[in-house]
Amino acid sequence: MATQQTQLLARTLLTPAVALLFIWMIVPLALTIYFATLHYNLLDPGSESFVGLENFRYFLTDPAFLASLQNTLVLVGSVLAITIILGVPLALLLDQQVVGLSIVRLMVIAPFFVMPTVSALVWKNLLMHPVSGLFAWIAHLFGLPAIDWFNEAPLFSVILIISWQWLPFATLILLTALQSLDEEQKEAAEMDGASAISTFIYITLPHLARPITVVILIETIFLLTVFAEIFVTTGGGPGLQTTNIAFLIYSQALIQYDVGSASAGGLVAVVLANIVAFFLVRIVGRNLEA
Amino acid sequence: MGQITLQGVQKSFGPVHIIKGADLDIADGSFVVFVGPSGCGKTTLLRLIAGLEDVTGGAILIDGRNVVDVPPAKRGLSMVFQSYALYPHMSVRGNIAFGLKMAGVARDEINRKVEAAAATLNLTPYLDRKPRELSGGQRQRVAIGRAIVREPKAFLFDEPLSNLDAALRVQMRLEVTRLQKQLGTTAIYVTHDQVEAMTMADKIVVLNGGKIEQYGSPLELYEKPANLFVAGFIGSPKMNFVTGELAKQQGATTIGVRPEHLKVERNGQGGWHGTVSVAEHLGSDTFLYVDAGPQGMLTARYIGELDLHPGDKVSLIPDPARIHRFDDSGKSIRA
Repeated sequence: MATQQTQLLARTLLTPAVALLFIWMIVPLALTIYFATLHYNLLDPGSESFVGLENFRYFLTDPAFLASLQNTLVLVGSVLAITIILGVPLALLLDQQVVGLSIVRLMVIAPFFVMPTVSALVWKNLLMHPVSGLFAWIAHLFGLPAIDWFNEAPLFSVILIISWQWLPFATLILLTALQSLDEEQKEAAEMDGASAISTFIYITLPHLARPITVVILIETIFLLTVFAEIFVTTGGGPGLQTTNIAFLIYSQALIQYDVGSASAGGLVAVVLANIVAFFLVRIVGRNLEA
Repeated sequence: MGQITLQGVQKSFGPVHIIKGADLDIADGSFVVFVGPSGCGKTTLLRLIAGLEDVTGGAILIDGRNVVDVPPAKRGLSMVFQSYALYPHMSVRGNIAFGLKMAGVARDEINRKVEAAAATLNLTPYLDRKPRELSGGQRQRVAIGRAIVREPKAFLFDEPLSNLDAALRVQMRLEVTRLQKQLGTTAIYVTHDQVEAMTMADKIVVLNGGKIEQYGSPLELYEKPANLFVAGFIGSPKMNFVTGELAKQQGATTIGVRPEHLKVERNGQGGWHGTVSVAEHLGSDTFLYVDAGPQGMLTARYIGELDLHPGDKVSLIPDPARIHRFDDSGKSIRA
């Protein structure tokens, strides 16, 4: 047990780190709140004036806001669904004893180490390009017309790229969970007459509930703020079809140079992320309790 | 019915032979214990019978039918694992019912059987709890409940008591034995603890290095060990072995005397002379570790309290009728 002295020591030693973190967080937040109440456009320097909640009204009533909110949710939901639905069988496969397993595992995990900008460029120019892309070439082999991915199915294309990036993460977490599944439990199920499918449904899947929760929580945090993939491939278009909240805020600030509105958007995004987090923890957080 | 016969069962993992040909006849309703030191193959042999491992050679007959190609669930056996292997996300009820549910038994009947099994094992108040909310002994009983509810031809126990503390182990030992007698179902029980083996078994199989050393009732093994290994393994404290001139006089390479068959005399005349090096006073017994010069270290057991201390001179007189004689190859010599 900690004595009074060690507690005091611990607090004293922790103070600089906590203070630094606090300042790091509070200064940008305070500035953002401040900017959100200003008329502040970079094209019109020197005209900053207090406008109250006008920026929020402007951002929330912008038709682009609802469209990008919907895009954000569709993107997060789809990527989560794809990475988990494909991640579970992939993890089950990688859990088997196969020759060259270490190399296979490395290959599967590799996409996670490619930075988002690079992988988006590779997908855009080498795979999905309607003229010189690999997919177009494959379509051509079968005598089919090439698909112009980013025009015909822009959001789906972005989802595809991001899923490819996050699938290794989900697989890795699920794989480590599978390896911690007690061998005797599977044998007990076998003795109890459970088929492979029943064992999966009644033993493996419940065991994976917790890691799946972890995957959902962590991926959601990162997927709400996806930016690089959209910026590199579609630039939010065509129209608003691939604009998510993060990209909308970017375009407010650095395409329309409206810092006030962008700050208001940033604060709205913080609130939205917290709402999502609240419901997520409510729905799936239970699984984390031991 | 649950008569199990092994015919030349072999198992190897690659070049390593774990089971080197086991022949065994287990009568219906009997309680058979596999005992041996770690790595002797007793758990592997149990898993072969269960079907969790494939045999390399030989046949396993359950009620006369060769089951080597039959999957575990179809062999009609149920197993209690060392770690209990309870399903952590299911309630006690769900755990016990799982096998029946997989077999497609009607819901009413499952409920009836689960309640009956729970009543037998005093688990009724805990039916809706999760395994993590139970104590070690209760988990153990759930594991047993899961085994009995399927009304198997035989129970297979894989060191089920090794995770319990000493007092609970003694209690569960009694419960398991009583339950087995009450149900009359064949049981095969693996343990490394020879006390468990002696107290629970109708018949004991002593395994060593993948071979069956001896198969017989506990007292048979105690009184007529087939070889040096069984003689040394069964009985606590271990049997004393003496080689050399003394053994030759008896017409053997090695002679063995159990500690309880050595009569202890203070400064006595005949027998083997020695000095007490350690004396353990348990009240009910006194264990003496005696340095007997040419005979080496000998252990003697005296029923009751004997006021001897390290350094005291004693003589140990073996009971002539209870001397075990072994030949060059370690086999027992019968008069």
